[in-house]
Formats: sequence, structure tokens, C-alpha cells
Amino acid sequence: MDILYLLIPLSLVLALLIGAAFWWAVDNGQFEDLEGPAHRILQDDDRPMR
Amino acid sequence: MNAASQASEACFHCGLPLPTKIDYRVTIEGKERPMCCPGCAAVAETIIGAGLTDYYRDRETFSPKPDEELVGLPNELAAYDLPELQNTFVHRTENTAEAALMLEGIRCAACVWLIERHLKQLPGALEANINYATRRMRIRWDTEQIKLSRILEAIAKIGYRASPFDPAKAETARRLERRQAIKRLALAALGMMQVMMLAVPVYLAPDGDIEPDHLQLLHWASLLITAPVLLISAREFFVGAWRGIVNRRLGMDVPIALGISAAFAASTWNTITARGEVFFDSATMFVFLLLTARFLEQEARARSGDALERLTGVLPEHCQRFDEYPTSRSTHTVASAWLNNGDYLFIGTGERFPADGIVVEGTSETDESLVTGESRPVAKHEDDEIIAGSINVGSPLVIRATAVGMQNTVAQITRLLDRALGEKPQIAQLADRAASWFVIGLLIVTAFTAIYWWQTDPARMLPIVIALLVITCPCALGLATPAALTTAAHRLVRMGLLPSRGHAIETLAQVTDIVFDKTGTLTLGTPAIAQVTLLGKVNEAEVIAIASGLEASSKHPLGKTLRAAAAQPREAIELTTYPGAGIQGTIDKTIYRIGTLAFVRDLVCTDPPAEPQTDASCTVVALGNEQGWLAFFHFTDMLRPESREVVAALQAMNKTVHILSGDSPGMVSHIAAEAGITHNNGGATPEQKLDYIRALQAKGAVVAMVGDGINDAPSLGGAEVSIAMGSGTDIAQSAADMVLISGNLGIIPPALKVAKTTRSVIRQNLRWALAYNLVAIPLAALGLVTPWVASVGMSLSSLIVVANALRLARSNKNSTVERVKK
Repeated sequence: MDILYLLIPLSLVLALLIGAAFWWAVDNGQFEDLEGPAHRILQDDDRPMR
Repeated sequence: MNAASQASEACFHCGLPLPTKIDYRVTIEGKERPMCCPGCAAVAETIIGAGLTDYYRDRETFSPKPDEELVGLPNELAAYDLPELQNTFVHRTENTAEAALMLEGIRCAACVWLIERHLKQLPGALEANINYATRRMRIRWDTEQIKLSRILEAIAKIGYRASPFDPAKAETARRLERRQAIKRLALAALGMMQVMMLAVPVYLAPDGDIEPDHLQLLHWASLLITAPVLLISAREFFVGAWRGIVNRRLGMDVPIALGISAAFAASTWNTITARGEVFFDSATMFVFLLLTARFLEQEARARSGDALERLTGVLPEHCQRFDEYPTSRSTHTVASAWLNNGDYLFIGTGERFPADGIVVEGTSETDESLVTGESRPVAKHEDDEIIAGSINVGSPLVIRATAVGMQNTVAQITRLLDRALGEKPQIAQLADRAASWFVIGLLIVTAFTAIYWWQTDPARMLPIVIALLVITCPCALGLATPAALTTAAHRLVRMGLLPSRGHAIETLAQVTDIVFDKTGTLTLGTPAIAQVTLLGKVNEAEVIAIASGLEASSKHPLGKTLRAAAAQPREAIELTTYPGAGIQGTIDKTIYRIGTLAFVRDLVCTDPPAEPQTDASCTVVALGNEQGWLAFFHFTDMLRPESREVVAALQAMNKTVHILSGDSPGMVSHIAAEAGITHNNGGATPEQKLDYIRALQAKGAVVAMVGDGINDAPSLGGAEVSIAMGSGTDIAQSAADMVLISGNLGIIPPALKVAKTTRSVIRQNLRWALAYNLVAIPLAALGLVTPWVASVGMSLSSLIVVANALRLARSNKNSTVERVKK
């Protein structure tokens, strides 16, 4: 069970990384608009004009 | 100069000891004063520079040492004293001024109280009201005694930031706040999951199954995760609690912060000494659940639509102004803030009006729905009034501005609503005070519980104390009551009924009698042709054509009605007006007269073949020519289309409807009968009206008075709640508690319903809080609740009350129609 001494600190580091990534995402405005991007992908820009 | 500031070895500004090596000095009123640091010196210099030397004379203790961030602020604040800048957000009366400010840094009800109290101590600050839910402050001050910059500075000094309300700024501030909230929430969530993962094995394994070394590892890992959660996510609870303690006003953050810190401190100690239980899981979960509740509440509130922001956002920033109307048609774009009364403006199709005004040129339709709640476009001709914030949906118009800046309708509405939201009704004041007492009581109970368990079972003391602190929930008092009142007010504004006094909603819910203070509130106010009696051989269309020809240039309201009724008026010449009698004119070489019976008889020389209806409710106008009588026109003031339905709806809600009027009794009883009102009283003087209301009140009635808001002020003031029919631009003059902005009576029944719902929601919340705490506190004190159950219970309870309060925002679009049709 001594592997715990490696795994638990590892999980802490992992949690830290996840937290940092999320922190960055919030600051980057990724959570401002949760609806728009889902629709934007459906709107083609390269569709020929009719 | 007071004793504190005379100490020579201390900093004159903040009172801290002076540094020995460096010497900072500022000359204040001819004397050199020592300063401890450049920050204090800068603040002192700014204060002197702004002519605020009195500050040092008035202060009772030393000033707080300035934050690095705040040092530069006073200079920036001084800009707000410039009259040009103040035009945009300050409403001036003779020597007082009033401004709406936006506050940053408010976290709890105690903050509101602190700022209000702090400002009341400032000489010259007359009134300061803060709305906790909207973070807006309305402040009134004496312009001769104090400057706005000094008020802003005073607010900055106690750690908050006030700035003139600006929708764009508010939006940015809200976005930043939201980002912060998401980050804290996410951190708490992540921490909670990790700590739970580490805690579950300990819960599941039988005692002693986990090796002590491994247990220590789990505890230390939990400690490492919990620490940042507490430091970052739970920071606002600690800040709030600290403020509460400093100001001797205990809010709900105090037990929360105590609970969290007790849990953390005990767990950390147990981890270090490797003995006893840890509660890291309970602490992180509690922080996470509480933050979730607050976040959801904020989101829901933002989405429910803040009527104030909606309104302040509708005025355009810029507009087209004519340089020299009407000589030149050239226009320039100017900022709406710089407009003056009397400016001529060009408003294109689809544009919003930046100010109230009068149409000078053009015909169009405007959409006033955002301001008045009226959804149909309103036709506008020359000389018609325009409401700021409405949209020109027809063709371009030229208007003359009559109310710009803080005088325009939108600004007035905002101001009144601000005042209503700032004034705390009795129920909210009561809730505020109760919350404070509740926390004190809780702390006492906790102390006794701790002593008891310490003596009987020391090992169980900590979990029980933590559970007790965590489980109590004064949210219904501190949070849900203001939330309910604000939500209801915004909903009423959206419907078109503006509460302008804080007590209006609460009182409206209790109303038993509704008194219409004039017939004009129930009728259209413009006469309509009720009946045309033909006396000769000429048909109805022709009679009306002749009449409207004679009235072609008449300013009399009856003339206007006749003109509107005619499809093709006949052209009349030699028109002569006989004041008080009628008009004579010539059509096709025949002389015609229109007017009173006697006036026409003088021309016709015979008695009419039929008698006109002599009913008090209508006015008769006769028409005749040299050959004989032509017609009688019966005019009557028509009921508004919705009046009868409104009265019926009110009666269906068990309200007694009265009509009190100064008009002739016959006319009043006619209108009353039409509308289905049994209690009517014509020919009443203002004193009689007041007596009538007093008599009703003596019988235990709660009276709502519906009037025009300008006349009959005594009777409006005598009623418990008064509703004024605001026809667009005269909202400001109204002294009433509520203003019916759209002028649509149909709103009153659903508004009564909203008020009633609000009252019952507040009561439900208070009852729930009482029941919950009565059950939860004894359970926790007896040690029947573990800390994590307590945190779930508390969070659920606060979610329930807040969700219940926000239920009021859900507007039922059909309710108006339904209510009226019943």
C-alpha cells in the first residue's frame, strides 16, 4: 500500500493542474456565453450566396 | 482641533508612529504637520487641495491609513464635482442635489448599514438609501455644505467604491464579479471532490482498519486541499463576518465564518498532533454549497431582468441636434448629456428619443413599451408629447426638447423606483433587526452548548459546536425578504405600475377598498358622440359634415370630436364664434348655427320639433339653419374600454370599489352605473373626499386611492396607498405612492395580485425559517446532527427561501387578460 505515498500527492498535483486550467478558462472568458458557440458552429461562413 | 490630532510624534493623518529616518510634512492651515508615509501625505494634500481642510477639524479619530490603491483616487473623484459631468447623473433642486450611485464591494446587509450610517454622520449629507439587491445608492445632499467628491471619498475611505451609475460600467462590474464567483465556486467544488475522495475510505473502513500512517497521509492531503478553498473561496464569508464584528452588527456571515474556522482549526490541530477526528470534508462541502446557493441566487436575479438597468440603458448616448432650426436644416451629433431644454432634435426612424419633447414637424408612431409597458404604438402628430426612451417606429420627426438630462421621464421613473427600493418597508426593517438578534442569540446558545458538552463528553464538543453554527439559517431574514420586495417591484414596473415609495407594495397587498378619485380616471376624458337626433330631412352623415365644417377651426373639445367624426367636412365661410353660445357660418349661401339650444333658436325662430335628452350625463349641441332645425348632437364622456372589466375584476377579488368626484352627482351616478360601481358620491369637495376616506378607515378599511396624482393631494395623502394615473410626462409631479405609467387601469387587478403574492411569499419564508431553525437548532445542540448533514441542511434551507422569493419574477403574461375577463 506504499504506492499511496505516490498516488495521493500525484492526485493533488493533478487537482492543482485542473484548477489552474479552469482558472485560466474563466479569465479567458470561456464561461461568458454558454449558448452562442453551440449555434455558431452551425452557421457556415463559406456557404454560397443565394 | 481635537486631542487625537495634537500628538506631535504621530502621523497627523493616520496616527501611526513616525519613521525616524525619513521626514514627510504637509502644511495644513499654515502649520506643518508630520506624516508617516508618502501615502498619508498624498491623501492629506489632496484633501487640502480640494478645499476640504475641515475634514481634519471634524474627524473624531485618526483617519485610516490609505490603501495603496486608494491614494490616487481623490483627484479622480474631484472630477465628479464638475457641473458638466454632474448633468448626467445628478438631479438638482434648489440647494439640494440627488444622485444615483453604483456601489462596488457590497457583500452583505451589514455593508449597507455601515455605509448608510457612515454617510449620515457627514454634515450636509441629508439622505442615503442603498438597495442591497441592486447595489445602487440614492443620496441626497446639501450642495452648500458638501461636495459630491467628498461623499464619494467618505465611501472610499471605509473600503467601498462608489461611482455614478453607468449601465456599461455596471455591466463590466457585474461580469468581473461573476467571473470571481465562478472561480471561487469551481475551486470549492474541486476541493470538495478531492477531500471527499480522501474522506470516504475513512468513513467506510472499520475503526483501526487503516494504518495510522496512511490515515495521517489522508489527513495531510485533505489539509493541503482545504487550505486554499478556505483562503480563496471562503474569503467573502470571513470578510463579511469581520465587518459585522467591527461594526457591532452581526450578520449571517458570523456563524458561517465561525463554523468554518472552528472546523478547520480543530482538524488542523488533530492532524498535526495525529489524534482525533478531522472535519475537512464538512468544511469544504459547506463552503461549496453556500457558494452554490449564492451563485444561483445572483444568476437568477440577473436573469429576471433589472428594470432599472433596462430603463437607464434605453436612452441613446448621442443624437442629432439642429444648429439653427428652422432657418437651417444642418445637424450635428451631440452627446445626449449636453442637450439643453429648447434644443431642436432630429429623430430618424428606429431611433430612440434622448429627451422628453414636443413634436414640431412630422407625423409618426412611437413605441413606448419599454417605458410605460404599453405595447401598442402611439400615434404622434405635431404638438404631441414625446417620452424619452421611446422608439420612433414611423417616419422621421423633429422635436423640441422639453426635459433633458435628469428631468426626462426615464430619469424620473428611475429616480422614483430607486427611492422606493431604497426605502425599507416596515417588514424589511423588522427582518433586518431580527437577523442581528438571531445571530447574537445563536452565539449565546452555542456557548452554553459548548460548556455543556465540554463537561459531559469533551470529544463530542467540537463536532456539535460546528454543526450548530453551520446548521442555523437566518437567510429568510437577511436575504430573502429584500430579494422578494425587489423582485416584485421590478415586475410591477414591467407591467406599467411604478412603485415610488417603499411601503407601496406591502400596503397594496392589504387593500380592502379602492376609491377612484374622479370620474376622469374611469372615462376617456374626451367626449364622444353618443347619439345624433335628426330633426330635418338631412341625413346623419350630411349633418355631421355640416357641423364639422362649422367647427373647422374650433378649439372646443366637442368641435374636435365632430371633426374627427366627419368623413368629408363641408367648407364653411364667414365663421363667427360667439363665446359661450356657439358658431355661425355660411355654407352654400345658407347661414348655419351650431351651439346651445337658445343660440340656434335665435336663428331658426321656431321651437325644435323634438326635445333633446336632458340627462346630466350628456351635453347637447344643436344645429340649425335659416330654414329649420337640423339635429341635436348628444355628447357623453365615454367609459374607458377597460373600466367595467377592471371594476368587475376588483369586485371579484372582494374589494369594495368607490367613486368620489367633484362632478355633478347625476353625471357621477351615471358613470358609476355604467361601470358597475354601487358606492358613488358626486359633488364632493376635497374636504368631503378626505372625510369619506377617513370614515372608511374608521370602519377598518385599508384604502387605495386612484387619482390623477396632481389635484386632490389631500385625499391622495389620506389614503393608505395612492395610485396616480401618470400620463407620460407628469410623473415627477406626482406625490402618489405608485404611478400607473401606462395609464391602463387594467393593470390594477393583476398588480394587487402580485402585491398579495409578495406578501405571502415573505410570510412563507419567515414561517419556514422559524420552523426550520426551531427544529434544527435543538437537534444540533443535542448532538444528533453531524457537521456534514448540517451544511447540507443549511444550504437547502437558504436555497428554498431564495428560490421562493425569486418565484415572484416569473411573470405570467396572460394574467392581465385572465384577471380582467373573469
